[in-house]
Amino acid sequence: MESASTYFSGFNINDLLYLGEAALRTLWISFWAISIGSFIGIFLGLALSISRVIAYTLGAVLDVFRSVPLIIQLVLFFNFAPIIGLRLNPFEAGLIVLIVYTSAYVANVARGGIEAVGDPMRRAARSLGMTYWQDLRYVVWPIGLRAVFPAWVGVALGVLKDSALVSILGYIELLKASQILMTRTQEAILILSIAGAFYFALSYPISYYATRLEQRWSE
Amino acid sequence: MIKITNLHKQYGELEVLKGIDLDVPKGEVLSVIGSSGSGKSTLLYCINGLEPIQKGQIIVDDIDVHASDTNLNSVRQNMGMVFQQWNSFPHLTVLENVALAPKIVSKLSKKEALEVAEKQLLHVGLGDKLTQYPSALSGGQQQRLAIARALAMEPKCMLFDEATSALDPELVGEVLDTIRLLADEGMTMICVTHEMGFAREVSDRVAFFHEGKIEEINQPEELFGSAKSKYLQKFLSKVKT
Repeated sequence: MESASTYFSGFNINDLLYLGEAALRTLWISFWAISIGSFIGIFLGLALSISRVIAYTLGAVLDVFRSVPLIIQLVLFFNFAPIIGLRLNPFEAGLIVLIVYTSAYVANVARGGIEAVGDPMRRAARSLGMTYWQDLRYVVWPIGLRAVFPAWVGVALGVLKDSALVSILGYIELLKASQILMTRTQEAILILSIAGAFYFALSYPISYYATRLEQRWSE
Repeated sequence: MIKITNLHKQYGELEVLKGIDLDVPKGEVLSVIGSSGSGKSTLLYCINGLEPIQKGQIIVDDIDVHASDTNLNSVRQNMGMVFQQWNSFPHLTVLENVALAPKIVSKLSKKEALEVAEKQLLHVGLGDKLTQYPSALSGGQQQRLAIARALAMEPKCMLFDEATSALDPELVGEVLDTIRLLADEGMTMICVTHEMGFAREVSDRVAFFHEGKIEEINQPEELFGSAKSKYLQKFLSKVKT
């Protein structure tokens, strides 16, 4: 009878490269989800701040995406997309769900920023002859951004880590790659530690530069 | 300069202005007094087009402010407005605060905008604060900054909405001095104010608002000295003059 060890092979340098490559995929899907999701979220936040009716209706829709666990959203969307004629690979399906998820969170952050600026400030800007868009661009944006930037960084870091859930669709990002290697090497603690270190290495620069930026603003 | 005929303004069911007729010629300083809720501030918001009106007409410098084809942004460029809360832009230096609108609204070059801003800041006595941020300024200085910011658009008239109400008493004087300076230079102004001494001293005319109407309007000596309306008499007996 053969020993079990022949089915498994130890962790080697190629596996580390494999994890590194997977970390880049995590970064790739997160980058697009955060960028596009934030862009859409800002406009949704603007819509939320415009009228009470929009705040209630759109707000309720966004609450669905914030309340239903991401893993359920991923599975539902990935399986129902073909029914409405969308042929999506795991990356595309995962990215779309992450974008919607991110924009739902960013919308509320953005609304908070707009409210932090306040009507009296905006009235003062308009009284100087600024147009609606000039007021948004030169007054609301810089003041509101400073007010909610830490909250936005929190959302971005959350999405970076939550992107791990896309693994259940079969997209081989950092977590999925770790699972594959764990099955082969049976070295769960080592591999999860490495994967954790990669997640930290992806997150830390974001929080580091965010803190630096906040310090510069507060000077 | 500013001509208002039969102005009516409602917030929903609440009628705030009930038929205002007012003519402010060029160079006049008009003070508006009255108790809270009498519609004084609303009048200024309507003149500036920040609030829509239901009936009547407001003509500023030959332009019908509330006509549908009027470009409000260009109307507002000719009208400086200073609010109770100074609303300085916290992310910009004092100089940038004043230079912003000339740059993006009047489309001056950066250099020209900064020159205009510096000139107006010297004008209001903030020449030594140019590179500071508003957070380092006192309330009185921030209100003077707001005045300089409005002046940088080279307005033809100025609207002051209780510009000193939010200030500590010891800071009121410096802001009133700045407004007085503008009056001496011949700026057309409407000042909604609670400072009776100021209204009496600086204004050419004083209007007393009561329940959305101009109850009495006259030269300051007449209005404060021999008030005809019983509401005005009652109001004056309550405030320090």
